[in-house]
Amino acid sequence: MAAATVLERMTMATAEEIAAEEFASVVARHRPQIFRFLLASTRDVDLAETLTQDCFLKAHRNWSSFRGESSALTWLMRIAINLQKDHWRNRRMQFWRHTQNNAVALDEASEWLPSGERSVEQQLLAKERVRQVSKAVQGLSERQRTVFLLRYVEEAELSEIARATGLSEGTVKAHLSRAVARVRAELGGKR
Amino acid sequence: MIFKDKFADNMQNPEQDSELNDALTNFRLSVHAWSDAAFNRPRTAVAALQPRRIWRLAVGCALGCVLVAGGASVGLWQHHQREIELRITQARIAEHQRLAAQQQAQQLEDEDLLAKVDSDVSREVPIAMEPLAQLMVDDETP
Repeated sequence: MAAATVLERMTMATAEEIAAEEFASVVARHRPQIFRFLLASTRDVDLAETLTQDCFLKAHRNWSSFRGESSALTWLMRIAINLQKDHWRNRRMQFWRHTQNNAVALDEASEWLPSGERSVEQQLLAKERVRQVSKAVQGLSERQRTVFLLRYVEEAELSEIARATGLSEGTVKAHLSRAVARVRAELGGKR
Repeated sequence: MIFKDKFADNMQNPEQDSELNDALTNFRLSVHAWSDAAFNRPRTAVAALQPRRIWRLAVGCALGCVLVAGGASVGLWQHHQREIELRITQARIAEHQRLAAQQQAQQLEDEDLLAKVDSDVSREVPIAMEPLAQLMVDDETP
């Protein structure tokens, strides 16, 4: 009886160690992507870091309930989206004040564009286009922005976006269509 | 999420618009570069130190309060003990005085009683014997 109890404890300890190792590898693999999505959504490095920490803390607490029906990244992205939503809902006024103070200017975001093989003129043009896209994204609704960023920054499949946001694929397509139309209009208007 | 050509979505057809396609690609590249730079930026430990300092301050304040409260309570207790001892001493003195007064009163009562008995006994001498008694008194006088 005692031997069985000791064996059970050892088995439980081993299972916990395995789960901890699995979670650590998930964090190492997906943390940059979660941070990138939150940074693109909030445009605030500090806020994105805080929300990323919260996301993984929440994920760690619920790791045992993760059944692998979707990929770990989709699951994490869903947590991140919900955290971001909660943040916006709870601190709507403060958020905008905070964002105005801490968010980088649109110009600065476009400054990160790799120069590549382009000429100076092409680089300037590309930066201007990025600035216009950023401005258009900033004007999107929360849901449209989330869908747009997941699609065109994180390069997610529509089905994955639908799972991460909890929307149907049709709704995702509709939001994406409106978002792209807005970006297109912004680019077209500046031509 | 699988990395793939995101512009293959026929619903959006952004690939038909090469300018939009380029703009979205550049937007993605700039966000990735920005995110990588922000993610790998050196972080200071200032934020981690502040809560520690706050905790130390809080613990110091709490210990100080405990010491002050302890010292004050010990002082009050000692003062209270002294008052009790003083009261006990005063009560003992009062009791002693009361007993002494009682004893004195008792002695006085005894003397009065004896005097009364003497007078009573002397009154019991018959009237007829009074001349003899007078003589005895006279004999006793030098």
